[in-house]
Amino acid sequence: MVEELSSPKLNFPTTDLKAEVKDLDFYYGASKAIKNVNMSVPARKVTALIGPSGCGKTTLLRCFNRMHDLYPGNRYDGQIVLDGINILDRKVDPIEVRMRISMVFQRPNPFPKSIYENVAYGLRVQGLTKRNAVDEKVEQALKGAALWNEVKDRLAESAYALSGGQQQRLCIARAIATNPDIVLFDEPTSALDPIATASIEDLVNELKQQVTILIVTHSMQQAARLSDYTAFMYLGELLEFNQTTVLFNQPAHKRTQDYVSGRFG
Amino acid sequence: MAQLEMTTGERQERRSTLSRRQLLSSAFAILGLLVFFAATLILVALITQMTIQGAPRLNWKFLTSFPSSDPLQAGILAAWVGSLLVIVTTMFVAVPLGVAAGIYLEEYGGTNWLAGLIEINVTNLAGVPSIVYGLLALGFFNQQLGLGESVLTAGLTLALLILPIVIVTTREALRAIPSSLREAAYALGSSKWQMIWDHVLPYSFGSILTGIIIGLSRAIGETAPLITIGALTFIAFLPPLPIQPQFPFISFEWLKAPFTVMPIQMFNWVSRPDPEFQANAAAAGVVLIFMTLTLNGFAIFLRYRFRKGIKW
Repeated sequence: MVEELSSPKLNFPTTDLKAEVKDLDFYYGASKAIKNVNMSVPARKVTALIGPSGCGKTTLLRCFNRMHDLYPGNRYDGQIVLDGINILDRKVDPIEVRMRISMVFQRPNPFPKSIYENVAYGLRVQGLTKRNAVDEKVEQALKGAALWNEVKDRLAESAYALSGGQQQRLCIARAIATNPDIVLFDEPTSALDPIATASIEDLVNELKQQVTILIVTHSMQQAARLSDYTAFMYLGELLEFNQTTVLFNQPAHKRTQDYVSGRFG
Repeated sequence: MAQLEMTTGERQERRSTLSRRQLLSSAFAILGLLVFFAATLILVALITQMTIQGAPRLNWKFLTSFPSSDPLQAGILAAWVGSLLVIVTTMFVAVPLGVAAGIYLEEYGGTNWLAGLIEINVTNLAGVPSIVYGLLALGFFNQQLGLGESVLTAGLTLALLILPIVIVTTREALRAIPSSLREAAYALGSSKWQMIWDHVLPYSFGSILTGIIIGLSRAIGETAPLITIGALTFIAFLPPLPIQPQFPFISFEWLKAPFTVMPIQMFNWVSRPDPEFQANAAAAGVVLIFMTLTLNGFAIFLRYRFRKGIKW
């Protein structure tokens, strides 16, 4: 049993919030995977979700772009408010949500198309067809993902010709090409070697100037290095949410303390 | 670490197990090679024998003559034109229907008991004897719809026959596309149809094409259902041309024409006592194999062209 919850809401001053999670429950069929989560996502900051395997951190992340709608039997209860709108509302089209909140997955999953087409696809889906405009945005996105110099001379080549790290950066370029409000990262480096991991981390640091980032990671070091805020989840509940430095150095809960100091997890 | 150390006996034991495993491994390789040669040899022998027997008849005149009671005058013009028209009709019916049904069942259809029942039935339909389809077509297309003993009836019958094959291979091809790619497309804001049309379908099209070709190759060799619906065995005219000099230039009258097909022509010749006709049948067999190979070759070409666009 989890010890009693003190308010896991923001207990630190913040200026600018991008999104807010209010009383969120989530069910896979009959089993409740997210229990009464309340948290806020500060704008243009990196917020990390950490916790032991099966604690619901990826499930929570996938609520933000309504990924759970793809599979039958899933149910949300509560709200995620973005610009005054509850994006979990049934009246809100999940496609609209996904056009504003993009995602980078655990394993690089580029389309078996050219490097250019991979980045351009999101733009095309949104109806951008003018050749010049697409060219420009693709270049911008690839530069934003620190990939432009490596691929500018071979944009027509297959994305599968790239290394794993490059593929993941291509996926990031794909995710930022449409200027989303939030980019979700689901353990983006867990399939990568240390050097590729370092370059992705640099990139995330770079990106937070312009975009709000929510990142799930199983590596506490990564959360400590990268994030401004950290949420610690345990058994589907949000146990503690605070500035990363505070959460790692003076955790309010014993469990958080145990987890961040590596005693379990 | 004492338990890691082995006695000489254990070491020998391990070595002999290893050599036994290696022996079994190479034994299977040899067995496989033998079976492969046996299968190929029989096939090559059959085709060679047929080609030798039919060779004296294989000339331009054979391809451009109608059947005749004189074996030396008889040709396969009506038969190969008939086969071609029937296959084209089959293709235009079975491919859109089968691929669309496959997409629906795999991507849109639910996972309830009804979907399961449909799946089992479609799979079973692929194994129904072709003559049963012939009977169905005789009653439904020929009599009920009044389409008669026409190219259209034949095309529809064979389309029905190969639909399960096309549906099942389409579903399998779609299922093979990893969900990570689907999620990637959805995460960028694709609608379900965009996800299917821009991603899943192009990535799986090579495999779908293979299913279509397997189906069409089966259809082109079918005899029984076509005899059942009343294909002619002796025919001395061609269906009307699809292109006409007057407006509207395209005519579909050929769909209503009576017809025969290659396998029926072969069967007809084989069943005659005159050995000269056996040579005709063999020659027709060679042409039929050639037609099937051309069909396959075309599909492989298409698949190759298509896969160049997909950059795995």
